[in-house]
Amino acid sequence: MTHRAPAGRTLRVEALARVEGEGAMHIETRDGEVVDVQLRIYEPPRFFEAFLRGRSFTEPPDLTARICGICPVAYQLSACRAIEDACGVTVDGPLEALRRLIYCGEWIESHTLHVYLLHAPDFLGARSAIELAERDRPAVERGLRLKKAGNELIELVGGRAIHPVNVKVGGFYRAPTRRELAALVDPMARARDDALETVRWVAGFEFPDYEHDYTFVALREPQHYPVLGGRVVSNRGLDIDEAAFLDHVVEEHVAHSTALHAHLGDDEDYLVGPLARYNLNSDRLAPLAVEAAREAGLDAVCRNPYRSIVVRAVEVLHACETALSLIADYEEPDRPSVDVEPAAGVGHGCTEAPRGLLYHRYEIDDAGTILDARIVPPTSQNQPTIEHDLWHVVEANLDLDDAALTALCEQTIRNYDPCISCSAHFLDLTRTDR
Amino acid sequence: MSAVGATSTTGRTVVIGVGNPFRRDDGVGDVTVQRVRNLLPRGDRRVVVTSLDGEPTRLLDAWGGAGLAIVIDAMRSGAAPGSIERIEVDLDSPHPGVALPAAASAGSTHSAGVGEAIGLGRVLGRLPGRLVVYGLEGADFGEGPGLSPEASCGVEVLTARLCEELWC
Repeated sequence: MTHRAPAGRTLRVEALARVEGEGAMHIETRDGEVVDVQLRIYEPPRFFEAFLRGRSFTEPPDLTARICGICPVAYQLSACRAIEDACGVTVDGPLEALRRLIYCGEWIESHTLHVYLLHAPDFLGARSAIELAERDRPAVERGLRLKKAGNELIELVGGRAIHPVNVKVGGFYRAPTRRELAALVDPMARARDDALETVRWVAGFEFPDYEHDYTFVALREPQHYPVLGGRVVSNRGLDIDEAAFLDHVVEEHVAHSTALHAHLGDDEDYLVGPLARYNLNSDRLAPLAVEAAREAGLDAVCRNPYRSIVVRAVEVLHACETALSLIADYEEPDRPSVDVEPAAGVGHGCTEAPRGLLYHRYEIDDAGTILDARIVPPTSQNQPTIEHDLWHVVEANLDLDDAALTALCEQTIRNYDPCISCSAHFLDLTRTDR
Repeated sequence: MSAVGATSTTGRTVVIGVGNPFRRDDGVGDVTVQRVRNLLPRGDRRVVVTSLDGEPTRLLDAWGGAGLAIVIDAMRSGAAPGSIERIEVDLDSPHPGVALPAAASAGSTHSAGVGEAIGLGRVLGRLPGRLVVYGLEGADFGEGPGLSPEASCGVEVLTARLCEELWC
């Protein structure tokens, strides 16, 4: 329904309800100025925090994997690291390598899905992935092939591609053999070629001219491009241990959303995800990814959120390179997991989900019963920044008609890949008189 | 519109439950295929049963090459909770996904994935030989595991209908 307002307009976009996320957007302008921006995204972790209390300390990897169908490994491994931290256990060597390997699969799968099926249509003027496939079938076929390589990696290490079942506190239920992993070399080498082609493809898109001086927050590992733990750092001097995360990150309720909004300190918005990782860790990328980033025109620091699609493609290439390296160097572990005995205490675990830093905290008793759980997902950390971007994008584009402005807003939201479901399909624009 | 891809199929049947078992009645697809899996005749390799979250490319992978794909999904169409709708998708239509009514398109908490998967599958030549979508009207899509009594009853009826469709 469309109504014309004499001096003000309201863009209200109700999301199609989907499972991993339900989103809605409300933007109101008056006399040529934006007066309100609200983004609502459904947040499953809130339910799971309550659901986990009273459960055994061995259960969070399998239970929290259900929070997100597209990034279960991130939830599993943040949970494992937090529980192992509480119990005073460190998982390293081949088991840590396997964790990095399965995480590569998740980055490949999740990023590729977003790049090809959700975000690329915005840049190419296609209304959907179906229309994109009609126009450029080889490109979409390449995306599906690349995504499948990620699936296969997760399936081999994780036991199955969706909600992997082989991840446990302390390691894995079963470790793959060198021979089994060797079967992934050819498909992963093909995936690396497809990933390089993907970087070149998205580098040719036209990007809206918008930049912002964000506060970027990501993990920083001693040697690796960030995946598993490390310091939590920012471009404004933050440099803390994972255990201090909640000393600096404050989550608050806002009236228009059931999701929590996160800030650094009292009110500093910040950004997690590919742009933050790249800007704080580009010196840790695989050489081929560094070269591809440079060819794609990415500077050492990128502040244009629309170029996040290029950074995602670079991260997919990095993940393919890393996976091949991990497979080549893999030594079968003596045991598929280390023993983890329950110990009363609190543990913290951070990993880099495809969408950004994912924090878990568990308090357990000496019998291993979970007394308290806290999960801070990337989307709640990014929501204030997304609203900020929407505010400025709308202000700068008030001359657009409702359809074009709505499309630009949706594209802006998708810069952050808030999740497979809530990033994709908003419906029904209304403009109301004020 | 460009030419669509050709679809090559076998005699395999795949039964796909779509949904999230942690969103109450959105789990009807998952629960139903568990029932069907338990009823599979021993040694029957003709029928494959799987649970998915509705992400379109996973559906393409699951039904690729199948002679018949049966998708079971929750719906939120305004019908009486527990009621069942069966839709045989016209795969010869230029827009087969549009043929899905509220049962599995706008109603479910996720099934835009099914509609998109059908559209993508047509363009990319990744559709099954036949595609049947069963929608089961849910009553409660809140957080948490477990079905409402109405949806549970619906699952029993739907399981019987599926057995009839698969083996009778």
